[in-house]
Amino acid sequence: MKYEEIVHRCFRCGYCKFTSDYADFNCPSYRKFSFETYSPGGRMWLIRAWLNGEIKNSEHLQEILFSCATCANCVEHCVFTFSDDLVNIFIAAKEEMVNKGIIPPPVRDYLKNINISGNPYKEPAEERGKWADGTAIQIYDGQDYLFYIGCVGSYDERAKKISRAVGNMLVKAGLSIGILGNREICDGNEVRSLGEMGLFQYLSEQNTALFKELSIKKIITLDPHAFNAFKKDYPGLDGEIEIYHYTQILAPLIQSKKIPLKEYKAVVTYHDPCYLGRHNGEYEAPRTILESIPGIELIEMDQNRENAFCCGGGGGNFFTDILGGGEDSPNRIRVRQALDTGAQIIAVACPQCAKMLDDAVKIEELDDKLEVLDVAEIVTRALA
Amino acid sequence: MSDIGRTLATIVGENYVSDKKEEAYFYARDPGLMPDHKPDYVVLPKTTGEIQKIVKLANKEKIPIVPMGAGLALTGLVIPLKGGIVIDMKRMNKIVEVNERARYAIVEGGTSQGFLKAYLEKNYPRLRHSLPDAPPAATIAANVMIHGQGRLAQQYGFNSDMVSGLEVVLPSGEICHIGSSSMSSDWFSKGAPLPDLSGLFLGWFGATGIITKLALRLYPKKKMRDVDIFITDNENLVPDMIFEITHTEMAEDVLIFTQPLPMMFKDNHHVSYYITGDTDEEIEFKRKMLWKALERFIKSKDGGFMSVPPLMKPTLLEMPQRSASRLADVKKGGGFEYSGPIIMVEKYPECSRKLVELSGKYDLAYSGMVRIIGRGHCMMFGFAFTFNRADSDMMDRTRKALKEISNYVLKIGGVYWKPTVDEQHLAIERMDPNTRNLMKMIKDNLDPNRIMNPGNWEVN
Repeated sequence: MKYEEIVHRCFRCGYCKFTSDYADFNCPSYRKFSFETYSPGGRMWLIRAWLNGEIKNSEHLQEILFSCATCANCVEHCVFTFSDDLVNIFIAAKEEMVNKGIIPPPVRDYLKNINISGNPYKEPAEERGKWADGTAIQIYDGQDYLFYIGCVGSYDERAKKISRAVGNMLVKAGLSIGILGNREICDGNEVRSLGEMGLFQYLSEQNTALFKELSIKKIITLDPHAFNAFKKDYPGLDGEIEIYHYTQILAPLIQSKKIPLKEYKAVVTYHDPCYLGRHNGEYEAPRTILESIPGIELIEMDQNRENAFCCGGGGGNFFTDILGGGEDSPNRIRVRQALDTGAQIIAVACPQCAKMLDDAVKIEELDDKLEVLDVAEIVTRALA
Repeated sequence: MSDIGRTLATIVGENYVSDKKEEAYFYARDPGLMPDHKPDYVVLPKTTGEIQKIVKLANKEKIPIVPMGAGLALTGLVIPLKGGIVIDMKRMNKIVEVNERARYAIVEGGTSQGFLKAYLEKNYPRLRHSLPDAPPAATIAANVMIHGQGRLAQQYGFNSDMVSGLEVVLPSGEICHIGSSSMSSDWFSKGAPLPDLSGLFLGWFGATGIITKLALRLYPKKKMRDVDIFITDNENLVPDMIFEITHTEMAEDVLIFTQPLPMMFKDNHHVSYYITGDTDEEIEFKRKMLWKALERFIKSKDGGFMSVPPLMKPTLLEMPQRSASRLADVKKGGGFEYSGPIIMVEKYPECSRKLVELSGKYDLAYSGMVRIIGRGHCMMFGFAFTFNRADSDMMDRTRKALKEISNYVLKIGGVYWKPTVDEQHLAIERMDPNTRNLMKMIKDNLDPNRIMNPGNWEVN
């Protein structure tokens, strides 16, 4: 297994489970299950035991490994020099399981659907660009930017609204953007995080070839997961192509008043998506946008920025739902944290987070107190 | 799942009991060097009521139970030596009350050191507790159960001395309050002026009961904190230096470290003391008093102050010190264990020489970590070795070195801190027979079925 030479080095001291001030446990799977085995240290020791033949692959071991949301809280807080590799180690262990074909059924189904349909929803490719119908957003044809959506923003009903909000905003700002429509394929970020490296390689090659064929020079992604994959895991792509998350493009446009805004009064708390924040260090662009809207009062949750608590959707859990169910599911914990701030709106910058938190607001019966909105949707409400 | 497993599930909920191999593997061991023993079940209770039910079930069925905090003692104290049920306490992590004026906090039995630290910083910035340098996951109850020491040890003693009340589930399943809380809603004393029954539980590693709630004394938190390091290459002078420093009553925490790397540290003994104050004047006054106390060692050219590099200072001032955990990866192997006897400060010179001798004999990387407890009343001398978990030979050598230390400690009048089971046997053998008998009487009466963390503090 990749990283095999590291797994024995975990002391299981538990720093990885915490926020930086130690106020709370911040590992989503540990919060959900509470057994030490579901913490990063637990995984490290179990992976070693599995590699040594002291324990066997089992449904339970699979649940422990695949419940990792790859949120990188452990990477942020582990005290050892190998901390940067923690999530990669967990992915490598999942890769071992995938290669042996012994994985949880929801993971198998997710990967199968991507392989067969190119998306986890088993929807035809022709439907992929339908979210843009009725908007001024065009198919890519040499525009300045490719606006890349990803599977969730293309097919999920809640997320499609976000795609439209962001797309319309970019057009309104006068940016020259185009989408791939039915030529868009999955970015593969979750495929990689679930350990299917062959399929990920295929997707990354396909996407890279398409970007080259269309001579794309700049990409704006809707989804931080795609942003992460393009920026960090597509060999050589970052550098050849400029890659942005949409908040990084919107923030200067709004700050310089290229998008005129009227007052929109609301108390807002912002939820940092793991793949925008911890994985890529972008904490300020979404906040800059929110703070530029007249009338918005931005209140931080105790767990913010590097200490943000994951919604539980990362690492493919958005689709496999291994972390779902019960009052300790991460998305429900997160909306309770948001409620504690007194905010009326949870702002997000990721369609997966939006959906996860939306569901949690409903289950917690907080519909009358909390609304989950993408940053672009909030800006839309404030358009002059 | 067996009948016992199903009954446990009805008590704590099916999501919070496991008889699976993965949990059995993990909870069978701690990060130290002790042999593993698998539990039959791991349970995660949320309330004292649930613990009562678990204990009653265990008593009826004569099943061993082992209460566990973060499992960081390194000496195997929560390894279920005879199987049974491991009770992971960490879901019981509420801070029940902070009494600001009487300076105590009441916390549940699974509350971590980190939680209390963060809670006080946010809500009571003028209060602090004696935080040990164990990782923040270490629980407060487990730490007092092993007589841990923290950042206020030089001023106020062992962390268990700072307990001001206990709620304990006895081996019979009954709940018992210890101290003022036994007859008052106020948790200001663990004993005095009543008979102090806390000793029936503190230091017993859960062999006489499970702490489900405890009150811990809090202390003034000053606005400023700084550290100075006084160095000598003459270990024989360290006890004198400690005597002078503690005489001033100006220091908060007094530590000594000795280690071979980096090279500039080799053969030196670093006496680091911390100073706190609410104003610059207070800090400077204390600093001057301490400098004056050590002046004679400078004049005799036996020591001097180290200029602490700016990059090193945050590490030294950090609480808990993450660098303590990093020691585990010095050999890129995730392993670190120490024997930390409680011993007279005057034994420092011979202990430090023994540490270097054993390091050479067994070819191990070492660190001496010493914390002064009380005004020089005693110290914890940590004979620490780091090892590579993937190198069985190095692990064996570490075990041998630690075994030699076990014998050595008794020879020079020390008492084991958080002893391994083998050390507990040695201690019991060494003990005054009447003391031993008293321990047996306590255990026989409290836990006649021998279900509580069996194997620990067993007097036969």
